[in-house]
Amino acid sequence: MADWPLRDKICMVGIGTTAYGSFPETDSYGLGAEALGKAVADAGLSYDDIDGLIVNRIPSYDRFAEIVGLNPRFTLLTETPGRFSAISLMIAAQVLAAGEASYIALVYGNNGRSQRMMYGGGAGTWAPWGMTSPGAIHAMMYRRHMHLYGSTSEQLAHIAVAFRKHAGLNPNAVMRKPITIADHQASRFICEPLHLFDYCLINDGAVAWIMTTAERAKDLRRPPVYVSGFARQDTLVESSTPDPELWYPALQRVAAQVYDRAGIARDAVDGLMIYDNFTPTVIFSLEGMGFCPRGQGGEFVRDGTLELGRGRLPTNTSGGHHSESYMQGWALIAEAVRQLRRDECGGRQIPDCDVVQYICATNCATSIIFRR
Amino acid sequence: MASPTAYRKPLPTIDVWNKPFWDACREHRFIAQKDNRSAHVWFPPGPVCPTNRSSDWRWVDLSGRGTVWSWVAFHQKYYDGFESEMPYNVATVELDEGPRIMTNIVNTTNDKIHVGMRVGVTFHDVDDGLAIPLFQPLAEGGR
Repeated sequence: MADWPLRDKICMVGIGTTAYGSFPETDSYGLGAEALGKAVADAGLSYDDIDGLIVNRIPSYDRFAEIVGLNPRFTLLTETPGRFSAISLMIAAQVLAAGEASYIALVYGNNGRSQRMMYGGGAGTWAPWGMTSPGAIHAMMYRRHMHLYGSTSEQLAHIAVAFRKHAGLNPNAVMRKPITIADHQASRFICEPLHLFDYCLINDGAVAWIMTTAERAKDLRRPPVYVSGFARQDTLVESSTPDPELWYPALQRVAAQVYDRAGIARDAVDGLMIYDNFTPTVIFSLEGMGFCPRGQGGEFVRDGTLELGRGRLPTNTSGGHHSESYMQGWALIAEAVRQLRRDECGGRQIPDCDVVQYICATNCATSIIFRR
Repeated sequence: MASPTAYRKPLPTIDVWNKPFWDACREHRFIAQKDNRSAHVWFPPGPVCPTNRSSDWRWVDLSGRGTVWSWVAFHQKYYDGFESEMPYNVATVELDEGPRIMTNIVNTTNDKIHVGMRVGVTFHDVDDGLAIPLFQPLAEGGR
């Protein structure tokens, strides 16, 4: 297969993250502006260098650009679901490769915590039956997984425990107190079969990335992290109801492309960042990428597979959405970059980290492979 | 029949495509669109058949029978109107004609619901203008 034209052509060169928590004194514009400032400084750039802007979860791209004083030649507001973190990155890579911008700032800001965001309720096709919330969709899918493959709620607990353990090594994580399998099992049901500890956090914060071409990246302040490959497959037909295949065919298609495109084998992956809005997506992601056979994800995550210092696949070393911060994939990708820089993660550093893979199992399944 | 003021659950969002469905529910008929050539049946209603993009379709009466594909129980309150029934169930039901829908399983208890359970439609009359289709267990061996 001919090399994928974008392989290693685009780099992550600046990362900025705010504190995570509840910040009613500001909003997503204020948080986003702070993260952008940190990312620009991290890259060693000036605002005058930024000629592309992608804004996510911040309500208005023009207001944000006005606030931070930017007149880019490429500006875009992407949709709010978390699947759009990777999609935003992919769009930026293609814009940079096409020469339509030189340095793109991608800025995510979320003040859902102080706005008391519910992620459920309101109108919708299934509202007359009380069906609402992304968590309920995942609960429905995981019950099906349990039925088909014999997976259990207790298997999900191993995921939550691993991510919380990692958060304990991350001073910026919101939830750092260790939890046990029993704590997970004793936590209240939100939408059965999912417990509270199967759900991600809701908190305020912001993340910004600066992306540019590999040529330009060589001259910047921090060592570049390469976007080696990415792939995407959507599952939108009959998407008013949960996908009967639990997104597996789409994820398999992504897997069939992403490693080839990156020129990196699955076995060479040193760490994973998995979009963990709800614990079942971790199982769907691992199965879909082929880290374990279909249906065996629950067994696979038991006994520390995803834990730093214990398992083969350290996953969500920041604590992820469950324990670090609900930044809808943006902070997971920031963590991927930091792991590959090797000098920012302290006690949660993956040893000899060369390759990190991001995976997002949703109606728009995506994966990105980063290398140093 | 409950008076409209007593019914506190969310009401359907009626649009130009699903209005015939809700009108039929009022008459206790459970209908969906069927493509005249491919015979594909789909839900929610839309302007064209999603398999061949044809607008040559008609509304047909469904059997009202299906199989539970999966189900959940809500312990978190999102709607005031469901609070008194918590933990209330929502099931994805695969209808015998093909489409999958989401609904509540009634006339049973949550501990009796299981994947693969056969269920059939019944209607809750909200008022003269609205009936909500719900599903209930079919007798064992129910077709």
